[in-house]
Amino acid sequence: MALLQIAEPGQSPEPHKRKLAVGIDLGTTNSLVAAVRSGESTTLPDEGGSHLLPSVVRYTEQGVVVGQAALSKASVDPFNTIVSVKRLMGRGVDDLKGLEGEAVYRFTEHEGGMPYLQTVAGDKSPVEVSAEILRTLKARARASLEGELEGAVITVPAYFDDAQRQATKDAAQLAGIKVLRLLNEPTAAAVAYGLDKAAEGVIAVYDLGGGTFDISILRLNKGVFEVLATGGDSALGGDDFDLALAGWFLEQLGGKEVVAGESRYLTEKARWVKEQLTDNPAVAVDLDHAGQKISLEVSRTLFDDLVEPLVSKTIRACRRTLKDAGVTIGEVQDVVMVGGSTRVPAVRSRVESFFERAPRIDIDPDRVVAVGAAIQADVLAGNKPDSEMLLLDVLPLSLGLETMGGLAEKVIHRNTSIPVARAQEFTTYQDGQTAMMIHVVQGERELVDDCRSLAQFVLRGIPPMAAGAAKIRVAFQVDADGLLGVSAKELSTGVESEIQVKPSYGLDDNEIAEMLKASYSFAEDDMALRNLREQQVEADRLLVSLEQAMLTDGEQLLTAEEMEHLREQMAILQALRNGSDASAIEQGVSVLSQASDFFAARRMDQSIKNALKGHSIQEIEGES
Amino acid sequence: MDITQNYFEFLALPVTYQLDLQALSERSRELQKTLHPDRFSHLSDRERRLSVQYTAYLNEAVSTLKNPLSRAQYLLKLKGFDTFSESQRQLDPMFLMQQMELRESLAEISATADPEAELDALRATVEQELRSLREQFDKYYQQSTPSSFEAAAVCVRKMQFFDKLGREIEALEDQLFDE
Repeated sequence: MALLQIAEPGQSPEPHKRKLAVGIDLGTTNSLVAAVRSGESTTLPDEGGSHLLPSVVRYTEQGVVVGQAALSKASVDPFNTIVSVKRLMGRGVDDLKGLEGEAVYRFTEHEGGMPYLQTVAGDKSPVEVSAEILRTLKARARASLEGELEGAVITVPAYFDDAQRQATKDAAQLAGIKVLRLLNEPTAAAVAYGLDKAAEGVIAVYDLGGGTFDISILRLNKGVFEVLATGGDSALGGDDFDLALAGWFLEQLGGKEVVAGESRYLTEKARWVKEQLTDNPAVAVDLDHAGQKISLEVSRTLFDDLVEPLVSKTIRACRRTLKDAGVTIGEVQDVVMVGGSTRVPAVRSRVESFFERAPRIDIDPDRVVAVGAAIQADVLAGNKPDSEMLLLDVLPLSLGLETMGGLAEKVIHRNTSIPVARAQEFTTYQDGQTAMMIHVVQGERELVDDCRSLAQFVLRGIPPMAAGAAKIRVAFQVDADGLLGVSAKELSTGVESEIQVKPSYGLDDNEIAEMLKASYSFAEDDMALRNLREQQVEADRLLVSLEQAMLTDGEQLLTAEEMEHLREQMAILQALRNGSDASAIEQGVSVLSQASDFFAARRMDQSIKNALKGHSIQEIEGES
Repeated sequence: MDITQNYFEFLALPVTYQLDLQALSERSRELQKTLHPDRFSHLSDRERRLSVQYTAYLNEAVSTLKNPLSRAQYLLKLKGFDTFSESQRQLDPMFLMQQMELRESLAEISATADPEAELDALRATVEQELRSLREQFDKYYQQSTPSSFEAAAVCVRKMQFFDKLGREIEALEDQLFDE
């Protein structure tokens, strides 16, 4: 039988056909796309040769402009030019009131509390704005790689909550990108440094971007990157440094009221000064404000004082995260710096003195995340079947449910390894109660009001019983992307309710479908064709993997009858796949999946046995 | 998935309280390499979903066995004594009195002259108590009689108290020295 095995398990049946997969760093300030070519991961430039795409989207009556061209109009056309949209992802209107500097936009509150930005091209959700950035990167990748993308690994701050992750995934879907994995930015950076090859030990990744801060503590061992703990602040970054300095400018100008365009002018000047101060001890800046011209001298010492509270906040997070990881400073072997804001000298020196070692900065901090994401994408697309690399992540913030009195009861604690599934039982508090509201929240605080509300749904049809007699089991499942699914079940009757958590501030599937439709010029035909293609890909995927599984393990794990039955089912799906009825193919995929489920389970058990084989023998010998 | 397998069997580890944590993390890594969803990302939906379930089971097994308290609870559960979901059981008044005193000193710490030293001292007490309870638990567990399992369950309940106190000490420390 082994003679028939023409392809290695896990490898594409056509080995010459390498699958194109990219890594995307969807940043607050800049975004990048990278790919592995000739064994090396590099970021891809646009036709003008620049690698960084400013994460700026401008809506005009003529169409959408993304990148540098949009950025150059940011202060002239502030309402239609969206910068730092990442800070709005997965947020509700109420959250935005706390975000200084974002006040320049005009928001419309839509159903579900999700804020839409008013632009000349209509109201746009942050998800749509992000999708524009992703589309631009996708087009760039297609042009440089000359082919269709199999999928992408998209990075997110480790500290992103479920709503922010879901929003990012929705944006990718809208841009027509298959997400192979949502990867945490610090983990991607660790991969880029190739620390798996050399090191066995503990590393810290300090990631200060434009709008987010993450600190992750990882343990490396033979190609496995295991995140021990992660912490940070999803609303703290270099933008805040700019705002602090812009605030000082305003004081020097006499603290006059500013309108949107002017405040952006001041923050742009502040950013320029900040960047100059990286290499110079002092910088002179001319401000032209409300008809008033002044020249100011900004020293690095002054700037350091202004941002000190922000830098201290990141150091406190480092201390807490080390504690969560159960690791001392002395055990940390390497500190990796990520994100453009780590160029600020005050940041470097504080990190160095806290960790008692010089941080690593040898890979461009702007590109390191995209480079790491591309390496992971290459592995996930199946191009490297022998790779030992595996990235294990944790849940960044606790997940829980609202209980009596507005308290949050934690079901899964933060820094739990994912994927994870956990259930908790609850009961009714009134006689004859027939329905129960399930309110899912995320965060560390005791009160529901202080946590992020992720979703609410109602479990109905509970039979009337005395208070406390019904048993309702609420099950949480978090996948490898950190995305949550929740189901609830009344145990005595089996009444069930299940939802894929769509965050309170997210888009539902219909909205996404509508937007997708709108984004295609030949809407109907295109959608149908695309749908057919997607179903065919899914059918191929299943057929190929099943074919290979049968070659490798069929003889050993299946009876002749089972084998024959599977073959028949596969032939049926193959026939459907060659036709053009998308929904029939979808149906066929689901039928064959179910029919082959037992085989997949047997293979999984077989691999567990194989993985542990040596040990069981040792233990048995040891005992006898 | 073979759910009838207990966590120890699933990880091919001997069923014992004195668990080799190094071996636990090695087994966990080996199984992650086989089971993790990223190993199935280019395969069908079905296989990916199955792998999520398996990996979740693995993660649950590892986190339960890694922590000395939940490991003790799990061992007792395998013997038919469920301390995971029981509501408050009666503990001896002496123990409860001691708990009250410890809690009082925790509450007063922020007002003392050297809160950091006081916290360290209190933490040392809690760790000492936990160590001795773990030893007692192991002794009773190994005796393996219905009454010794009952005594082991009492150890577990006491550990729960100290575990909670330990977490409160951590929380207070964050509060005192973070801001």
